[in-house]
Amino acid sequence: MNSIKVYGTGCARCKQLEELCKQTVAELNIEATVEKVSDLEAIVKSGIMMTPGLEINGKVVSAGKIPTKETLIHWIKENSN
Amino acid sequence: MKNKILLLFVVLAVWILIYTNLLTITDYLVYSLLGMEKERHLTNAAHFFVYEVPKVLLLLTIIVFVVGVIRSYFSPERTRKILGGKSLFTGNVLASLLGIVTPFCSCSAIPLFIGFVQAGVPLGVTFSFLIAAPMINEIAVVLLFGLFGWKTALIYISTGLVIAIVSGFVIGKLKLEHLIEDWVRKLSASQTEIESEKITFTERIDSGIIAVKEIVAKVWLYILIGIAVGAGIHGYVPENFMAGLMGKSAWWSVPVSVLIGVPMYSNAAGIIPVVQALLEKGASLGTVLAFMMSVIGLSLPEMIILRKVLKLKLIVVFVCVVASGIIMVGYLFNVIY
Repeated sequence: MNSIKVYGTGCARCKQLEELCKQTVAELNIEATVEKVSDLEAIVKSGIMMTPGLEINGKVVSAGKIPTKETLIHWIKENSN
Repeated sequence: MKNKILLLFVVLAVWILIYTNLLTITDYLVYSLLGMEKERHLTNAAHFFVYEVPKVLLLLTIIVFVVGVIRSYFSPERTRKILGGKSLFTGNVLASLLGIVTPFCSCSAIPLFIGFVQAGVPLGVTFSFLIAAPMINEIAVVLLFGLFGWKTALIYISTGLVIAIVSGFVIGKLKLEHLIEDWVRKLSASQTEIESEKITFTERIDSGIIAVKEIVAKVWLYILIGIAVGAGIHGYVPENFMAGLMGKSAWWSVPVSVLIGVPMYSNAAGIIPVVQALLEKGASLGTVLAFMMSVIGLSLPEMIILRKVLKLKLIVVFVCVVASGIIMVGYLFNVIY
């Protein structure tokens, strides 16, 4: 089971990234949970400095960016179990 | 790659062609095509609107693109590394300059603040960054350049920098580290290094294009409304109407403008066209500058966000220090001009 976490307090871009992740996971047809983390302390503890942050299976892959779908697929494949 | 650069040149050529002929096009549209009579209130307002909207949008596209490409060279992680352990004054200068080029959004002000403080960036230096980043942004610079000319844009950037440097320095000297909320100080240091993959030049160009799309989509409506209000003032408000209210002779106008400006929240796109029209009607540059800086640089929503990591006293100090800086700049320009 893969776990994808989107860190963000609720800005428009964070929701956008969450949507993109859900969509991509569905399209790839893989087993993965997409979770939006909006708790401030959790965001800070992840070490990211810009939201939205993206974490795949415990590894932070990007911060402050919305990747293209191709890049996202690449990241998911690279870090999936 | 080659095609992309070629396309950029074509776009640039079209851009220059439109930009340099904008006045002729506007004259034709307003006077000939719409057949509006010259020297009328409505005609003046319409001409202002038809001319300024494309002009500002054109400038916005090109500058946001360039800034987008420049920003791909910077990241908060990198900025933090540069600022870590810097001495007070040097750190303040560097932080203010980096505040201009490092990507920043007030929605991530908290993770950024904590990330900086944890990495050993002094509190005062962090504040210099937090003041410069929102105040000196590309949208403000574009609008100032487009509507006022390069001198005013330069004045805005340099005084903004001075305010960020000095305010951060003062806050650093006051030694207010104990006013950071306890939960933040208790956090165990965690610094995630995001592996930065090598970015190609084409990707940097792409990030410029993405920036244009995102920012233009976000601010075009504000610009339109701002310029429409500006056009109304331009066409209908009598000359020198603002002289008594926001002119030089009214000594109280600077602090009052700041007092009104601080709780007001607008982005540069909405406020600057209005401010330009006010200036034209007799408001003085210092007063207008002070108003603009307090609206853009100090905003209530950001204070509310920062309240989660800073004790109220520190926020009050922060606002007071920055506001005093802005007031001084306002008076200075009223004296000079």
